[in-house]
Amino acid sequence: MIFEIKYSTMGKTKVIVGLGSCGLAAGAGKVFEVIKKVKEEKGLDIELKKTSCIGMCYREPLVEVVDDDGSYIYGDINEAKAVQILEEHIGKSSPIKEYVVKTDLFETKDKNFFDGQVKIALRNCGYIDPESIEEYESRDGYKSIKKIAAEKIQPVDVIQNILDSGIRGRGGGGFPTGLKWKFAFNNKADVKYIICNADEGDPGAFMDRSVLEGDPHSVLEGMMIGAYAIQACEGWIYCRAEYPLAIKRLNIAIDQARARGYLGKNILGMEGFNFDIHIKEGAGAFVCGEETALMASIEGERGMPRKRPPFPAESGLWKSPTNINNVETFANIPWIILNGASEYAKYGTAKSKGTKVFALTGKIKNGGLVEVPMGITIREVVFKMGGGIIGDKKFKAVQMGGPSGGCIPEYLADTIVDYDSVNATGAIMGSGGMVVMDETTCMVDMARFFLDFTKKESCGKCTFCRIGTQRMLEILTRITGGDGKEGDIEMLVELSNQIKDSSLCGLGQTAPNPVLTTIKYFRDEYEAHIRDKKCPAKNCKPLLKYEIITETCTGCMLCKKVCPVSAISGEKKLPHLIDQSMCTKCGMCYSKCKFNAISIS
Amino acid sequence: MKQYYICEKYFFMRIARTSEKECVIQQSEVDLNLMDPFIEKYKNVRGNMIPLLQHTQELYGYIPREAFKKLESETSLKLSDMYGVASFYAQFRLKPVGRIIIKVCHGTACHVQNATAITEALEEELGVKDGETTADNVFTLESVACLGCCSLAPVMMIGENTYGKLTGKHAKEVIRDIREIETGSKCSH
Repeated sequence: MIFEIKYSTMGKTKVIVGLGSCGLAAGAGKVFEVIKKVKEEKGLDIELKKTSCIGMCYREPLVEVVDDDGSYIYGDINEAKAVQILEEHIGKSSPIKEYVVKTDLFETKDKNFFDGQVKIALRNCGYIDPESIEEYESRDGYKSIKKIAAEKIQPVDVIQNILDSGIRGRGGGGFPTGLKWKFAFNNKADVKYIICNADEGDPGAFMDRSVLEGDPHSVLEGMMIGAYAIQACEGWIYCRAEYPLAIKRLNIAIDQARARGYLGKNILGMEGFNFDIHIKEGAGAFVCGEETALMASIEGERGMPRKRPPFPAESGLWKSPTNINNVETFANIPWIILNGASEYAKYGTAKSKGTKVFALTGKIKNGGLVEVPMGITIREVVFKMGGGIIGDKKFKAVQMGGPSGGCIPEYLADTIVDYDSVNATGAIMGSGGMVVMDETTCMVDMARFFLDFTKKESCGKCTFCRIGTQRMLEILTRITGGDGKEGDIEMLVELSNQIKDSSLCGLGQTAPNPVLTTIKYFRDEYEAHIRDKKCPAKNCKPLLKYEIITETCTGCMLCKKVCPVSAISGEKKLPHLIDQSMCTKCGMCYSKCKFNAISIS
Repeated sequence: MKQYYICEKYFFMRIARTSEKECVIQQSEVDLNLMDPFIEKYKNVRGNMIPLLQHTQELYGYIPREAFKKLESETSLKLSDMYGVASFYAQFRLKPVGRIIIKVCHGTACHVQNATAITEALEEELGVKDGETTADNVFTLESVACLGCCSLAPVMMIGENTYGKLTGKHAKEVIRDIREIETGSKCSH
């Protein structure tokens, strides 16, 4: 009897599979199916459940087993390993220690990833089934709004509470949330709106997706509290269409909240508090992350920003007073109301309170989602939680704030994470994308990549943004293509300053940041491209020289065959040669060679 | 009146980005009655333009010119406004696409992990360039900004499935597997 049923006094053993977008991409769906199949075939007395992202994306798929002794999270699970866990852990009550990545029972090699994290916004992500309102309620869900109803806390006091907590907008701007609410509250009108900005357009950021997929009710509760505070009657969640799973789970959550009376008329017995939430699917425009553009998009127009003032708090959606906050901000709100402003303000620095979620990606060992108290250093995040650079290569820089942000070089890695310290480097806190780069990442190419993005996403309203980014992209493409000229750097700086000064919205005002910061910290790389026609990171193909290492070449003729311009010559079993005058630097020979016999310089 | 007609014709030719002759062929393939339920639902809703266009695209894979015309006659929306919106947002397509859309992520994390190699490998496998559709109308290859699966970079999305930690070789295998299923199911019909 391998699959002997385990009796317990605490109820059934739970097996929980992480089914967030990243888990699914890593194969968690198949793992879930195989566990379900074995459970049915063998009649296992286990409770099989789903959850979402716990943040450990680099170990996906993750399977958690909770038995009488405690919780064991297994990482890097495939179908075979899942069956093995069922046999050993469930069947014989002997956990497979070497697969465990997180448990309180013994030390694992991934201990550092969780040490030092403080989970407030992500408090439920990876712990509850996001499609079950009961599980959210069992972890203090909807207690904050009930507290407001039971203790008859007035809107002004809710706002004061948020002000006291010191929380600032987590979408990147860093404007105090309480102040925003106060403005919206002070504008009296019959109809007011509250909007959740879930148009997470920054390439390289997925914090909001994880919150929406993992804990949609916390966002709804945050919006309800916000609606009560500013006295809004209708809420909108503007979510990117690229996040189908987030939209699906939000819809489920909204239906459940309506059925329980959390949304509707006279909510929780609060006379006159009527509130409902709708989802608006974005249609793919980065500029819609800007609040006036976002509102135009909800109204069904082209998502183009307009001049402020009037600010949304005065005249927003359909000309009514409107308040817009980001997903992560809303997810924090219920926790603050329940635990108190001072409890929240305990974390962080003088001017940046609380915690911040970061999406750690790029050339990092432990890519994933971390929530850390403000004030921690970037180095700590990269090396402690992130585990350092893949292949232990040299850490070069970290990019923060996406296309609006900048690159912070290695020697400034002791900068602490708070709005003002990060701004001082020329980057911005942004929504929380942290892309780590090593010595093989070319900073000029990075700047070109971001300009290519902002050029495409510029709505075209302001000339400086529309044409300026185009011109900057042309210069950067020329430099990475080996045709850089003296004076290019100065021209880039001049264009940058003009675009920053003359654009209406945040997109244009910040678009040159990636270029300005890379020029500031990595000017030598630009100069190497322009003057020496060399790419120090060996990244820009047109600047590379491909050569065959005669000692290693076996003469297999593969490179000769794949070369599209027939620049490679040589006899079978004899070292080949690349004719440099013909070579188009496509890199085909390099990627096809099985013997590492092609060098790049 | 006649002049108006010419303008309109020219306008539609731009929408379809194809010659008038081709448009006529497409026209016969589209069943416009399928749009009725959601037109009814959104007809008098504020801010209905984007949802109407999104539902239309969901039906046909793109927004056919006849659909624009139907929307104009049955709702209060204006053609010029609809074209303005449809051409503004990246999501909307004005020409037909393949049955299966391959979205290769070119977000920051994927870019750093060499997403270009994935696109190149797929271009080679499918014999089309980025943004194009294969001759048999099965695959359309696209680049997108970010799919939010950055820790599994480089990533691509086909239908609702996301594939992570790709190499050019692996991406090609995925396509071959899908093609096999596609042609297999065709034979059984």
